Amino acid sequence: MRLLNRSAGRLSRHRRGPLAGVVLLLLGLVLTGSLYAAFAPAQATSAESDAEQVAKGRELFLVGCAFCHGQNGEGILTQRGDTQLGPPLVGVGEAAVDFQVGTGRMPMSQPGQQAPDKEVVYSQEEIDALGAYVASLGPGPAAPEPEDYSLDGLTEEEREEAIVRGGQIFLTNCTACHNFNGAGGAMPRGGYAPSLHETDPKYIYEAMLTGPQQMPNFSNGNLPPEEKRDVIAYLESLRETPEYGGFGLGGLGPVSEGLFAWLVGIGGLVGFAIWIAAHTTRSTKKKGQAA
Amino acid sequence: MSIDTSKVATSNSSAAVAKKPGRAGVVANWADERLGLATAMKKNLRKVFPDHWSFMLGEIALWSFVVLLLSGVFLTLWFNPSMGEIHYEGSYDQLRGVAMSEAYASSLELSFDVRGGLLMRQMHHWAAMLFIASMMIHLLRVFFTGAHRKPREMNWVIGCLLLILGTLEGFTGYSLPDDLLSGTGVRAADGFMKSIPVIGTYMSFFLFGGEFPGDAIIPRLYTIHILLIPGLLLALIAAHMLLLVYHKHTQWPGPGRTEQNVVGFPMLPVYAAKAGGFFFIVFGVSALMGGLLTINPVWKFGPYDPTKVTAGSQPDWYMGWPDGALRIMPGWESEFWGTTWSWNVFLPIIVLPGLMFTILLLLPFLEAWITGDKREHHLLQRPRNAPTRTALMVALMTFYGLMWAAGGNDIIAIKLHLSINQITYFMRAAVFLGPVLAFMITRRWCISLQRQDNEKLLHGYETGVIMRSPEGGYSERHLPIDTAKAYALTARDRDEASYVPVGTGGGTDANGIPAPVGRMSGLRGKLQTLWFADNVQKPTAAELEEAHHHAEHEAHELEGVSTDGHQLDGHHAVADEPLRRDH
Repeated sequence: MRLLNRSAGRLSRHRRGPLAGVVLLLLGLVLTGSLYAAFAPAQATSAESDAEQVAKGRELFLVGCAFCHGQNGEGILTQRGDTQLGPPLVGVGEAAVDFQVGTGRMPMSQPGQQAPDKEVVYSQEEIDALGAYVASLGPGPAAPEPEDYSLDGLTEEEREEAIVRGGQIFLTNCTACHNFNGAGGAMPRGGYAPSLHETDPKYIYEAMLTGPQQMPNFSNGNLPPEEKRDVIAYLESLRETPEYGGFGLGGLGPVSEGLFAWLVGIGGLVGFAIWIAAHTTRSTKKKGQAA
Repeated sequence: MSIDTSKVATSNSSAAVAKKPGRAGVVANWADERLGLATAMKKNLRKVFPDHWSFMLGEIALWSFVVLLLSGVFLTLWFNPSMGEIHYEGSYDQLRGVAMSEAYASSLELSFDVRGGLLMRQMHHWAAMLFIASMMIHLLRVFFTGAHRKPREMNWVIGCLLLILGTLEGFTGYSLPDDLLSGTGVRAADGFMKSIPVIGTYMSFFLFGGEFPGDAIIPRLYTIHILLIPGLLLALIAAHMLLLVYHKHTQWPGPGRTEQNVVGFPMLPVYAAKAGGFFFIVFGVSALMGGLLTINPVWKFGPYDPTKVTAGSQPDWYMGWPDGALRIMPGWESEFWGTTWSWNVFLPIIVLPGLMFTILLLLPFLEAWITGDKREHHLLQRPRNAPTRTALMVALMTFYGLMWAAGGNDIIAIKLHLSINQITYFMRAAVFLGPVLAFMITRRWCISLQRQDNEKLLHGYETGVIMRSPEGGYSERHLPIDTAKAYALTARDRDEASYVPVGTGGGTDANGIPAPVGRMSGLRGKLQTLWFADNVQKPTAAELEEAHHHAEHEAHELEGVSTDGHQLDGHHAVADEPLRRDH
């Protein structure tokens, strides 16, 4: 403290010096500049172009989405009026838009039991604009940042614990549909829980957050953000873990095992039986005579 | 006794006294004097086995059982069948610190911390899959070729018992690791038991020692898995093989092969070498599969917890078909006297497998009752020569296959992008219609093949040589098949000889339909008629004779033709061809 006082005092001696004003001005400029640089993106979305983003998003929305979701995202009923052509998007939030459009599920190419993930139509910028527009319709979950689902900053021990915890959460909440391996599973009437083998962590997070299509919603009240992060960490650890047992047969459980037992095992052994029976210790000529 | 052992006996004894016996001889003599092995060996070492690839299917089962015994003993050295709770501290990161049963922890230890443990676990599991699969294809071979007929009915029964015991053995083994998948299976089995009216809940409490899951089920299943069922399996396999030796192996008909002899290779050296070699192949295939293909990755399932379940929870393949029946069964339930009767579980999983197994067990007796055939059979039939029997088994296979597919309905749905509900609706109808359709198609197919055989006998085989007549017409040349083949084709009974018409004592009418005698004889007579209806009989000697004349005649007609085309096909020796005219 004394050291600080002393150096402050030393500095203070120059406060009325001729250069003091210039230095102070420079310091002020540098500080402002660095602060601006540090917070620029956040500032840009919220302040700079909130309105601009929303307007851009609205334009895209009217072209690509409004046909089913309505011009104000209010949703459209089918002609019979008993089901939705497209659900209302008020309150679904930016996370839902980022998931649906970012994985190519939206825009839908045809109606069906479930929108499959396919080639992504919009650029990330456009998706963000759409997200901003939809978020402006009503409050909803925001798209997560990479810090939300990364294990960076945890110690080795904490990471391991996170993965174990994530595995238990996954087995409790997710495997019933997505299978123990994240290989996916069937849902009623042609629906399905997709495979998680290739899914980007951001989209896994958003799926948990928003509960797209038939998936239940794991809101932050149900499954806190750290636990979402742990589930993602577990899935990533499965991807990094080698297949200890050899070829994994698709990770689908006993059905594919049975298929391999019959095709490879029995098929191969019957092949060997035919080979053995066709070869004899005697010459073929003698065998021909005996037969 | 069909083998002439006298020569073997004399040559053996003369060899023994010829000169001073070697060391092996001394040992053999020592053993013989005390154990009397020579007499048994003399007969059995030269025992003849006929050679055909389809006779080796049962061997796959035998050898995979040996692999099961060997790998199973290895597993028992580390597996701890206890449901006591511990916290895992082994090498698998993703489960470290998780509470689990000792059984599951020791399965993980076997997989990750015991040298070669995972290989042994996977070999054991693959061999189990192969064991039951090979029993089934062996069963099919036996039935399709008529090897289940007298005197082998009891061996059929033993085989069926082996199949069901193997299935139970597989199920108990599947349940032991106490991972999420096996626990789900045990939970399902608990539900199946409880669906049995009146006694179901008592049975469940008795098996689990209280309410599910308790802490007794794993140790109990372990005892059943490593002691009770393997013991029964061993005893029944021994009986199965003893009966095989006693009955002697069946053989395909052919020149020199009769109901009284067996033509083939002796046990030593030929058959023992082949069978022994086959053991190593089965072992090798199991080891390769165990080393290269993941089976039941228990570490991914996590410990069993009744609150959890995973998609793709299926039993191993041999329990797949009752599971399929369960999956497509409508949700029927009734209430009687305040109790719920779950037909939706009881019918598909308790009644249906019991019924199917009974039918399987009774098949040889059913067939014998319908045909009235009481003769001994050692010559096999080609499946086409018993069209109704073949069609019956194909119908059963179709039923099985459709149920089996229904058991994998969710995997079919996601992999073929179908709706699981629609698969279920389709299967509900298909399991009834499919077998009927399969029966009709197979039966007509067999009959067509019989007709084709007769064509071959009477008109020869198609040479593929097309002849153009001077008028410009085209025809294909047929040549007679060789005598050995013709013999094999005709070495079958006419159907008239294969059955005893019902109520022969009561007389038969003009159509061969006998007068009913007993209470069931009306039904039996009808079944008998249906059983043989439309079968094609082999040609008579007179027909064959005439066909030969016809062939000669056809050849005469071609007289003056520079070539009959046969010289051009390059596939046949034409030097001694009787039909060929020199020009």
